[in-house]
Amino acid sequence: MERFALSVERTKTWVFCMIFLLLCCTTGKCELKEPKPTDSGIFETVKPFDSGIEEPQPFPEEEYGNLPVFTMDYARIQIPFEFTLWVLLASFSKIGFHIYQKITIWIPESCLLIAIGLIVGAIMHSVKEEPPAVLTSNVFFLYMLPPIILDSGYFMPTRPFFENIGTVLWYAVVGTLWNSIGIGLSLFAICQFELFEVQDINLQENLLFASIISAVDPVAALNVFDDVGVNEQIYIVIFGEGLFNDAVTVVLYSMFAFLADMPSISSTDVFLGVARFFVVGIGGVLFGVLFGFVAAFTSRFTSRVREIEPLFVFMFSYLAYLVAELFAISSIMAIITCAITMKYYVEENVSQRSCTTIRHVVKMLATVSETLIFFFLGVVTITTDHEWNWAYVMFTLLFAFLWRGLGILVLTQIVNPLRTIRFSLKDQFGLAYGGLRGAICFALAFTLGDNINRKNLFVTASIALILFTVFVQGISIRPIVEYIKIRRTNKDLNTINVEIHTRTMEHLICGVEDLCGQWGHYYWKDKFKKFNDRILRRILLRDNTAESSIVSLYKKLELQNAIELFDTSMGDISAAPSIVSLSDEKKEATRPKKKFKTGDILKMHDILAKNMYKIRQRTTAFTNKYSLPDDSRTREILIRRHASIRRSLRAESFREQPAQNISKSLRYYSLQPGGSLESALSLRRRSPAIPEEDLLRSSGASPRSSSRSLIPMTRLNTITEQTSPKEPPAAAAHPLATENRSSLRGRKAPVATPRRHSSNRADEDEVFSENQAGAEEQHPPTQGWVPENRDPGLNEAGNPLLRQSSQRSWRT
Amino acid sequence: MGSRASTLLREEEIEEIKKETGFSHSQITRLYSRFTSLDKGENGTLSREDFQRIPELAINPLGDRIINAFFPEGEDQVNFKGFMRTLAHFRPIEDNEKNKNLPASEPLNSRTNKLLFAFRLYDLDRDNKISRDELLQVLEKVDVEQKMSIRFLH
Repeated sequence: MERFALSVERTKTWVFCMIFLLLCCTTGKCELKEPKPTDSGIFETVKPFDSGIEEPQPFPEEEYGNLPVFTMDYARIQIPFEFTLWVLLASFSKIGFHIYQKITIWIPESCLLIAIGLIVGAIMHSVKEEPPAVLTSNVFFLYMLPPIILDSGYFMPTRPFFENIGTVLWYAVVGTLWNSIGIGLSLFAICQFELFEVQDINLQENLLFASIISAVDPVAALNVFDDVGVNEQIYIVIFGEGLFNDAVTVVLYSMFAFLADMPSISSTDVFLGVARFFVVGIGGVLFGVLFGFVAAFTSRFTSRVREIEPLFVFMFSYLAYLVAELFAISSIMAIITCAITMKYYVEENVSQRSCTTIRHVVKMLATVSETLIFFFLGVVTITTDHEWNWAYVMFTLLFAFLWRGLGILVLTQIVNPLRTIRFSLKDQFGLAYGGLRGAICFALAFTLGDNINRKNLFVTASIALILFTVFVQGISIRPIVEYIKIRRTNKDLNTINVEIHTRTMEHLICGVEDLCGQWGHYYWKDKFKKFNDRILRRILLRDNTAESSIVSLYKKLELQNAIELFDTSMGDISAAPSIVSLSDEKKEATRPKKKFKTGDILKMHDILAKNMYKIRQRTTAFTNKYSLPDDSRTREILIRRHASIRRSLRAESFREQPAQNISKSLRYYSLQPGGSLESALSLRRRSPAIPEEDLLRSSGASPRSSSRSLIPMTRLNTITEQTSPKEPPAAAAHPLATENRSSLRGRKAPVATPRRHSSNRADEDEVFSENQAGAEEQHPPTQGWVPENRDPGLNEAGNPLLRQSSQRSWRT
Repeated sequence: MGSRASTLLREEEIEEIKKETGFSHSQITRLYSRFTSLDKGENGTLSREDFQRIPELAINPLGDRIINAFFPEGEDQVNFKGFMRTLAHFRPIEDNEKNKNLPASEPLNSRTNKLLFAFRLYDLDRDNKISRDELLQVLEKVDVEQKMSIRFLH
């Protein structure tokens, strides 16, 4: 039976493969036909353009004065049409790769894309067709590169990055310098030999070429590393190095390009080069930070124009990039720092929907861009004029590899003593071997001025290097990494225990640092945090309350909570008693047994969850590059958990709605189909003195959700005191009463415990509801504005919630 | 302060502490000045109140436990030697080759001793066991800290 299913699967995949290949070929071939029309004005199928009414017909005998029913005007749409077709072709390739899963494990996607590009390029070349001029310097640097860099910057894991920033900058700056100068000098030495016929390349040109090819390209390297899953340290170093060596590359490139014309280099030029490096680097950072703050500030006022909120993110980062390009400073650094700065504040200010939109669009643009780049790399490889010189190219490959390895070795020796987590030899090998070159180096080679007489040779050599590194190193790195067992990210290791105790240790160290009056890492973090709280947040955030970050934190933790609960108990409450029985002894059996169990589980898990936010940070930061930080799994788990909890508690509810309905209704809290905001509010107000209510009202929003979340939240904290088991039942009376009253409106089951569940879920639902909103057919009338209205409420609702509970816990 | 330090901390003491804890000379001097600045009563020892006067320690959720770690069983005052002894746990671990000629007891910053120190942090009642309640309490403490949003850039 299984074998049958398997074979069916196989045949299906093969069918898809065939279809896809066919499609590729036909689309490829179709495009070949299209570009031709510009040569001749007349097609066999095209009538004269629909200006036939005004102008005299070229064939006056036929159809004089008739309205052309069918015309075709290709020239008008040519450019966007071709662009769309290319994008589609590249995307079909991507789809094709993922149909047969195993390919992408062994061969990184970049290789596959280049291969497809090579094929298409071969086809185009054989019909003597010119590829679209996509990889010209302007198009590449202004249109194709920014989305990728924005994606890297936006999803950069800030914490590991800032912890490792010294190492990253060290490798980026010094490493690139080392590589460039080393390769340049060695190639120059090679050029001295008459045997290789490259004597006319002088030192400057060699150095120029070396500066182009020494830059590690993050696009290609991370592509590979994501699949392999190397450990966090290597990942962040390669990531950061790839991004920040742009500053050095820009400086070196412009310096050497400038000097290539000059007969000799003087010391002032070197000095100017150094000064220029600082201008480039620091200028880029400053511009980025400036635009980031402007964007964050703008997002403060966009509460009424939610639809265009994502636009600001993109426009401002793009603006940062362009302005940096204007001044010829490092645009990559500008856009990265802009994204990093902006992200923190913008994600607080914008609605949940906008947040999701931003993330999705960033990812989408980046993926498209990357796909196109690799694809065109393959195409252009075939169609450019090459000048092949065996010696030069081979020596380029050799030296590139050699100097990178040497560079990593030497640099690591110097920097290791200063690190707490040192790089072992295996790590260093991973770093060296992962130094792939990619499209940036190719584009730079293309932008070489024509005064360089061996430009074609350089182009050929850089293409050869790129292809070599991507194919050979890219394909082999996985087996090598597995063989030598580089420390991989072991996500299973992030148990609750690990996280909690890491946290505890951090506190300990921070405390001792303060005790010694020592300016440790955490001291600077603390300082920045205070500055952030006091000044930056006030200006840049719309509703600046200190706990707003806690709300999002809490949401994240609840996600983790849900994951853990699902993992440990299979989403089924019946498995939970094991935990409960452990903590059982002190509790009085005043509460009904069912509630007790779930309450206690939740308590335990909440305690644990609240200490686990770093899990999410770490694991989501290093998920697959081609997907967003992985919410979907947690969401799914959450839903399943809700469903299972609800199933188990169904007996006590007096709702007879099917599980589906309940889950959906939960998301819109009090608002049932046909319900209205005001009635829901008035309903809530009628409930007995719930202390949190005035807090709610004072916050101004209409967070129906928060009432439900408020009550259980405080209850949660009282439970953790372990001394007041009687309180929860008392507090339970309130939501019970509320629920009874609103039960007519078809609310959630009125039992106290599910309140707690739903409170926790309430927050998560707020995270996900917007995502799910589109999928819900049940409440189309309310969908449009319920989430939107809830959004401003979210932060404010969360705050009284936590302020309240934090006060409580302080009192304990 | 400089003159006070020099009169109250003699060279042989520094040597002793250096041998016992492994701190360097400058580190010891610096920590001594910190010790004296914390020591408001100027009697050469620190009490719990002195520690609690450090503001950051007061808001650190593990603050009181850290403070407790400085005071061995039953005592209420800690002198400079004890202070340094506890702080020595936080020195980086050194390679074993350098410490081959050390006395029989392991250096204070060895892995085992660090683990012991961490264990004692959790074990409040010092019965050499961590009960579930003690574990829960630690978690709660860290929980409280989070609500005060000390950490950032998560």
